[in-house]
Amino acid sequence: MIEVKDLTKSYGNFVAVKGITFRAASGQILGFLGPNGAGKTTTMRIITGFMPASSGTVVIDGLDIFANSLEARRLIGYLPESPPLYTDMRVDAYLRFVAKLRGVRRAEVEDATDHVIQVCGLAEMARRICGQLSKGYRQRVGLAQALIHNPPVLVLDEPTIGLDPRQIHEIRDLIRGLTAQRTIVLSTHILPEVSQICDRVVIINDGQIALEAQLSELPAGVSLEEVFLAAITKEDHLTEQDAEETLEKVGAGHSST
Amino acid sequence: MRNTLTIAGKELQGYFVQPVAYVVLTVFLLLGGWFFFSMLRQFDEMVQLVQMMGQQGQLEQMNLNTRVIDPLLHDFLIVLIIVMPALTMRVFAEEKRTGTYELLLTAPIRTGEIVAGKFIAASAFTLVMVALAWIFPLILMIFGNPEVGVMFAGYLGLALVAITFVAIGLFTSSLTQNQIVAAISSFGILIMLLVISWAADSGGGTVWAVLKYLSLPEHFSTMVRGVINTADIVFFLSAIMVALFLTQRAVESARWR
Repeated sequence: MIEVKDLTKSYGNFVAVKGITFRAASGQILGFLGPNGAGKTTTMRIITGFMPASSGTVVIDGLDIFANSLEARRLIGYLPESPPLYTDMRVDAYLRFVAKLRGVRRAEVEDATDHVIQVCGLAEMARRICGQLSKGYRQRVGLAQALIHNPPVLVLDEPTIGLDPRQIHEIRDLIRGLTAQRTIVLSTHILPEVSQICDRVVIINDGQIALEAQLSELPAGVSLEEVFLAAITKEDHLTEQDAEETLEKVGAGHSST
Repeated sequence: MRNTLTIAGKELQGYFVQPVAYVVLTVFLLLGGWFFFSMLRQFDEMVQLVQMMGQQGQLEQMNLNTRVIDPLLHDFLIVLIIVMPALTMRVFAEEKRTGTYELLLTAPIRTGEIVAGKFIAASAFTLVMVALAWIFPLILMIFGNPEVGVMFAGYLGLALVAITFVAIGLFTSSLTQNQIVAAISSFGILIMLLVISWAADSGGGTVWAVLKYLSLPEHFSTMVRGVINTADIVFFLSAIMVALFLTQRAVESARWR
């Protein structure tokens, strides 16, 4: 479970994230949407402990990411915006390194590495040098390193960006298969992706939450795109009533046309 | 400890797959070879000259340690000032630029372990480099009879200087994501340590005494003459500790900025 509480982050005078609160429950995939520059990556970087918040906090399975940083970080698998590969290492050596770094026990490093190589379809690439991989395979290695310690919480920043349609399909299937007992937050701006694999959606715009809802709660017959556009063009955001209003309005608009 | 060794192992492997390390090693030894050759020739000419003039007393005073090894080690000091920034500039800067920094900082390890691991690897490589430069004393030992103890003290001094440079290089690299900036700043600090006492002779008082104490050649030259003082060892060890402490703070600062 991830609980984000009243999170604010400012860079100098620029406030990137303005007091957002949401929670992602265990066994759920939460889609984190928003236009470019809305604060998605910043939020994910704070959730994973890469950077501190200006105020507010994040709790991962009961552990505060700031107060109990080491313990909380142990629970997280993280795929950053660009896969964090050492371009001069071989794929298998890289994954073994990450396994040790993430605290996988020595005796289990080999098994964990073999497992993610299988799961992410990297068997043929295992001896290749990371820097020579295509974009799609880099993304898979990035996903493999996020999964290697079998973390209960997964944070994926645009996992399908730059992939071809077939690869997107494979990665989506892979992510959907990971759900059991895991909390997954993934950011994207491919809306159909959210409809296909997520249980819950949080839309942020300009550093604030514009909409938070279960996908099943969305009015029937309304596309996520319409919900998204309505949410991010709305002037005032935040309260739950607002979210409901947005949904109603979209629903109404749709049925009247 | 285990995390430190994981990082150190990965870093050390990195040195052997990257051209920079080999170039540094080659330049260091090639220039060393040339200095050694020149010094030895001069020494040879001088011996012949003295012999021709038949001054037996002066001939006995001529000594391989002061005429060859002493200037050679001082030349090595200059070469180190030029090559060490190139060796250390990438250590943190490259990780920041390529995004692998996110992997390191979100892993459940302490920043101290990251810094220690990187320091151990860079120091190990540097010690190999200094050890290979023993080829020159070995040649002298085969064809002449220099004092081994004095040479040993001098090389110990050289090793301490080199590791001090590693620590300073790590610090400047931790401040930026631009390798050139890291290299030039570290180069500037090293030169400063070399020349800081230049003005010291012109004045008296505490300030000048402090400047003189900070002067790196002052401590190095004592060791090259074969004197191992606790004070000089303490100087190098404290410089290393201060630089590593600052590096750790700089890396840690990502967590509270």
